[in-house]
Amino acid sequence: MAQQSQQSEQSSATPSTGTDRVKRGMAEQLKGGVIMDVVTPEQAKIAEDAGAVAVMALERVPADIRAQGGIARMSDPDMIEGIIAAVTIPVMAKARIGHFVEAQVLQALGVDYIDESEVLTPADEAHHIAKSGFTVPFVCGATDLGEALRRISEGAAMIRSKGEAGTGNVVEATRHMRSIRAGIRALATLDETELFVAAKELRAPVELVREVAALGKLPVVLFTAGGIATPADAAMMMQLGAEGVFVGSGIFKSGDPALRAAAIVQATTFHDDADVVAKVSRGLGEPMVGINVSTLPDSERYATRGW
Amino acid sequence: MTTAALPVARPSRRGSAPVIGVLALQGDVREHLAVLATLGAEPVTVRRPAELGAVDGLVVPGGESTTMVKLAHRFGLLEPLRTALRGGLPAYGSCAGMIMLADRILDAPADQQTIGGLDVTVRRNAFGRQVDSFESVVELAGVPGGPLHAVFIRAPWVEQAGSGVEVLGRVVGGPADGRIVAVRQGRLVATSFHPELTGDTRVHALFVDLVRAARDDDAEGADHGPGDRGGRP
Repeated sequence: MAQQSQQSEQSSATPSTGTDRVKRGMAEQLKGGVIMDVVTPEQAKIAEDAGAVAVMALERVPADIRAQGGIARMSDPDMIEGIIAAVTIPVMAKARIGHFVEAQVLQALGVDYIDESEVLTPADEAHHIAKSGFTVPFVCGATDLGEALRRISEGAAMIRSKGEAGTGNVVEATRHMRSIRAGIRALATLDETELFVAAKELRAPVELVREVAALGKLPVVLFTAGGIATPADAAMMMQLGAEGVFVGSGIFKSGDPALRAAAIVQATTFHDDADVVAKVSRGLGEPMVGINVSTLPDSERYATRGW
Repeated sequence: MTTAALPVARPSRRGSAPVIGVLALQGDVREHLAVLATLGAEPVTVRRPAELGAVDGLVVPGGESTTMVKLAHRFGLLEPLRTALRGGLPAYGSCAGMIMLADRILDAPADQQTIGGLDVTVRRNAFGRQVDSFESVVELAGVPGGPLHAVFIRAPWVEQAGSGVEVLGRVVGGPADGRIVAVRQGRLVATSFHPELTGDTRVHALFVDLVRAARDDDAEGADHGPGDRGGRP
């Protein structure tokens, strides 16, 4: 399917919805902000009051999905509607990888962004959702540049690092951010001929590879996710080149969610000012209890889901 | 370490590139900086009161208005912003920036404050949710070169404008036909849409011209002794 209307300048007076520019532009507005996982309308209000730029509505935070096991699916529409009604900021929700009907339902509910997420149990082991055909925009996780570009070619309008959700351990998010950014820097050193080989190695369309090489960045916004638990974690991810932060279990699995949420928001904006990060890091109470990723068996690593 | 200087005495640099700040608490800051640079302005980010004191004009970018105003409040920037705008600092707000510059807002959390200065009532997310976000053309008064292709993202509109507010543009066609999406009052300009996302620099050019003119007027005023800086008509 052709990149819909990406470069085209519709000059008719008919308003057009669901264009690449509108989808990608939405993510541009979230930059420098924090998107927080919430499971109830009350948590959504706390997130909004703390300065979240959006909330992610889901049934269980990743730490609970890990603890309780079972199949993790799209949330109950009643719960999503309750959260949409509770806040004025954008509401995102998760669909399983490849589950295009969950995505259709979420679009019908009026969510502002869909996260096709490895945190939920994949519904298709070969195919991601064909995202270009939807009016609602999608964000997808990636562990490296090739994966990010494959998701963008399917229509993702925003990319986030996968990290390792529900661990409170930032090490995998660090790995993925470094890998994506290093991949981009490497492309910039290649000549036109070499870009064909790079595209083959990245398993991504050559047009997209050329675009990234020319821009020196992804053509969509890049956030970080997966294991961010403290203001310093958020600030480090921003200094590593993230344009914003998703925090999952890190807030509502901590001792004082409202305080920690506000602190992470402030540390994200002032990520380059250690005085501010130090100030907001004080007296936050207990962080979420973390998991050492290296002790996780492969079957419990969410980042390996998706391809 | 410099302590916060209130933006009372901006240095006069008539003829040099105007220094235009972009409020950089959250949002599409980079896009505004890039457009301003192509227009010969000197763009800088503003996150602290002292940085506000060094600019000739201010852009309040697109983003999430609830987040921006909370951060402005927490970091002691909200009152200096109000003082600066009252004192005649030119400002342009796009989308969330329009909400931030409005005196009155609708469909916002009960305690949401704004910088204010524009005598308008702005409705947040007026066109609907993200699935209703759209691209369309807008005719803008005072902007030469024909209609402008505009991108509206969970955009606000101006529900009611005071008598001193000039309406620059309205939506053409579609379900929101005729809604006010661009306004100007004195040195304040606001649009519901995001010219920083389209590569069309005309709205920013209008603002840079306004900043240059305001700086020259203020320098003129200063030559003739202290007086009203004439922020609002």
